Amino acid sequence: MPVTIASLALALAILAVAAGVTFIRLVKGPTLPDRVIAIDLIGVLMVCILVVTAAATAQQALLDVAMVVALISFVGTVAYARYIERSQS
Amino acid sequence: MIEWFSSGLFVAGATLALLASIGVLRMPDVLTRMQASTKASTLGLGSLLLGLAIRHPELSFVIRAASISAFMLLTTAVSAHVIARAAARGGAPLWEGTIVDDRPPTGRGADGPPS
Repeated sequence: MPVTIASLALALAILAVAAGVTFIRLVKGPTLPDRVIAIDLIGVLMVCILVVTAAATAQQALLDVAMVVALISFVGTVAYARYIERSQS
Repeated sequence: MIEWFSSGLFVAGATLALLASIGVLRMPDVLTRMQASTKASTLGLGSLLLGLAIRHPELSFVIRAASISAFMLLTTAVSAHVIARAAARGGAPLWEGTIVDDRPPTGRGADGPPS
């Protein structure tokens, strides 16, 4: 079991570093599509963190939360893309 | 043995997600950033979900993991395509090493009505 605990902690640490790295692009990003890509990736990283937490705590409800977060992230990304296309024409 | 396998899958999935975010930070271009983010993060999430399903082999966990995996496989492709289309029609600046640019040279973004 210590192997599993250590690997879950390591995975959470790596995912936190990944979210921080993505946040740099969200702040820097020269154009709006860059920022939308960064937000989309942060949503996927949130789903990843929820899946690892569900594996660590054996809570099924966290997987439902991950599903809802994925759905809302997808809808938000599509809405941002439509907004970018509308604002250009 | 099973524990080692699922632990390796967890670490591998998190590392793939880290690679996706490093690609988003370091790639020179909107389209290449989108490519890096979408593919690597989808594979990373799939590997994490496989590790979860191996660690908790109950029916409720496996069904949820499979449905999240299928949903992300469908939607990341769609959202990446939509962002790429919006960026390309808006005349996003490409990397200076780009060889082929199929967009019309006059008035980038004028290839049809945005629908």
